[in-house]
Amino acid sequence: MVIAGIAVITLFALLGLVLVLMERRVAAWIQIRLGPNRVGPGGMLQSLADTLKLLVKEGMTPDGADKFLFNLAPFIAMMVAMLLMAPIAFASDFQLWNLNIGVLYVTAISSLMVISILMAGWASNNKYSLMGAMRSGAQIVSYELSAGLSIMSIVVLSGSLNLNEIILSQADGWWIFKGHIPVVIAFIIFIIAVTAETNRAPFDLAEAESELTAGFHTEYSGMKFALFFLAEYINVFIVCAIGATLFLGGWMPFHIGHWQAFNHVMDFIPSSIWFFGKTFFLIFLIMWFRWTFPRLRIDQLLDLEWKYLLPISMFNVLLITLMAILGWHF
Amino acid sequence: MVEEIGSTAAGDIIINVGPQHPATHGVLHLVITINGETIQKVEPHLGYIHRSIEKMCESLTYRQFIYVTSRMDYLSSHINNHACALCVEKGLQIEVPSRAQVIRVLMDELTRIASHELWWGAMAMDLGAFTPFFHAFREREAINDIMEETCGARLTMNYMVPGGVMQDIHPNFQSRVKEFIALFKSKVSEYNELVTGNIIFQNRMKGVGNLSAADAISFGCTGPTARGSGVSCDIRKLYPYEIYDTLNFEEILETGGDSFARYMVRVREMSQSISIIEQLIDNIPEGDFQAKTKAVLKLPKGEFYQRVETARGEFGVYIVSEGGTTPYRIKYRSPGFSNLSALDHMARGSKLGDLVAMMGTLDLVIPDIDR
Repeated sequence: MVIAGIAVITLFALLGLVLVLMERRVAAWIQIRLGPNRVGPGGMLQSLADTLKLLVKEGMTPDGADKFLFNLAPFIAMMVAMLLMAPIAFASDFQLWNLNIGVLYVTAISSLMVISILMAGWASNNKYSLMGAMRSGAQIVSYELSAGLSIMSIVVLSGSLNLNEIILSQADGWWIFKGHIPVVIAFIIFIIAVTAETNRAPFDLAEAESELTAGFHTEYSGMKFALFFLAEYINVFIVCAIGATLFLGGWMPFHIGHWQAFNHVMDFIPSSIWFFGKTFFLIFLIMWFRWTFPRLRIDQLLDLEWKYLLPISMFNVLLITLMAILGWHF
Repeated sequence: MVEEIGSTAAGDIIINVGPQHPATHGVLHLVITINGETIQKVEPHLGYIHRSIEKMCESLTYRQFIYVTSRMDYLSSHINNHACALCVEKGLQIEVPSRAQVIRVLMDELTRIASHELWWGAMAMDLGAFTPFFHAFREREAINDIMEETCGARLTMNYMVPGGVMQDIHPNFQSRVKEFIALFKSKVSEYNELVTGNIIFQNRMKGVGNLSAADAISFGCTGPTARGSGVSCDIRKLYPYEIYDTLNFEEILETGGDSFARYMVRVREMSQSISIIEQLIDNIPEGDFQAKTKAVLKLPKGEFYQRVETARGEFGVYIVSEGGTTPYRIKYRSPGFSNLSALDHMARGSKLGDLVAMMGTLDLVIPDIDR
């Protein structure tokens, strides 16, 4: 258990470095440029060098800031991200905490993220930070509803809140294939909602660079900024891992119904590769959004949620419930 | 500013956007009053990059002062130089050889495309899309390479001189320009896919930053900013200079008056400039690239004015001469200054995010506003 815990914390640190490098490589690829390629082989050590830079930088606390809250906010962001790692099943036999209400736990803990952002924005004593925090508050609270309803639809179908049981319920096919069009709709809404919840472009209003310079973390520097930065990437990883677990079968290999021979061949690929493959595919999707779309305006962002996504996902959950009761899925 | 702060209504807060801010693309300082996300007032403060260029020009000779104007609207430096050269030629009644005229027009239009490319990328960046910036720079680099070959510089070219151009075009010029035209045409659809047709982009642009035709005229807006409101003001058409009256091109007009109309004007202008270049590139006449002029130029006593169409609007040069080797007084009419003055009128009542979009569509170059 202790070793597993240490392994997850190590993974946590590594993921930050890998995801930052991945984002920069994806951005470079989309923007027809090379990206980091100087530090280490093929630029692999670039994020390590950046981390070192941030570590030795002075972490300033501005005058007039609420010192306690200002310094507490990045740690809360980090803590939330760390807590969310606990119930995720990385492989068929590797899960830190097999919680029987895993889905509920993830949705509950992820809504704590907004507290750290509001805290950072308020304590900075900066108008830009405050506006970024307020935007972020409105945004995260709104989009949690859609994300929650999409997650509910899978809970209804699999009949369990336990992440491991949800994965096992997909042994004869992933929900995105078994659940007809309603689950595909739920999946699309889930991806949009979690992009907004993690403050990623095109929903990055909390840190809209061209409007608010850097939003809620304008006043942060050095390692305090790095903690926010790391928490953002870990959150992206976690929401993608949850998405992969719920809709794409988590570590479950690609199985088709009762084709025993085919399923057996698929089982030869290790389950952790399946899990990370699916998760990184979703992460790539979210990075692709960021480097392609312009940003929405705050009122358009809230319109999208309250006028379109929420009614659709409410109707969708009803449809899926009906489907589950009547057994219309495969 | 003390009275200003006292006069704000309850709930209003004042924010300083700039002089160092990612959205102002330079050292523009906007003092904005907002209520929540809604803008109540925008007050531009200038002076951060004032170099007193007009005064400097008074102590420079008629050959020298042109070079200073490259530092005003640095994205249209050819066109600024062109205006000054035309004004001096008007005063001295110099006949410019037809080869020089064609080269000048070619350079002007290449500059216009390069400037619009940069605007297009920066505009998308204001709206939070980073990728178009790099795509725009790919094409802009091709133009800069052409400029570098012929003029020896990539930004402040100083290529136009009274009587013609400084030196003949590089032997590769024609083939390089043709390569660029082919490259540009193959990428236009990419621009439309990436930005123009994007639903988020259209929602951000349509119906915001409204400027009626009457307001555009009363604020003195020119160039694509006014043409987006349906005001016909293309100097190349209305007061043709050089060989523009013999060329076949269209003045782009949009009637929307919103940010999207101004955006479309600039995007469509790029294609018009390409068409002008296509008409001229194979028809550069043989002959001198510069007229024979005296070593020391002396403008006769009097007042001279010349206007041209830059990428941002109408640029005017007004020279008062006392008959000496240096001007007595020089006044520049820069398009950015008047266009900026419409910002407050456009922005009131809209959201903070829209202000950035509006500033993007005004295509502000701060050293041009603040000379």
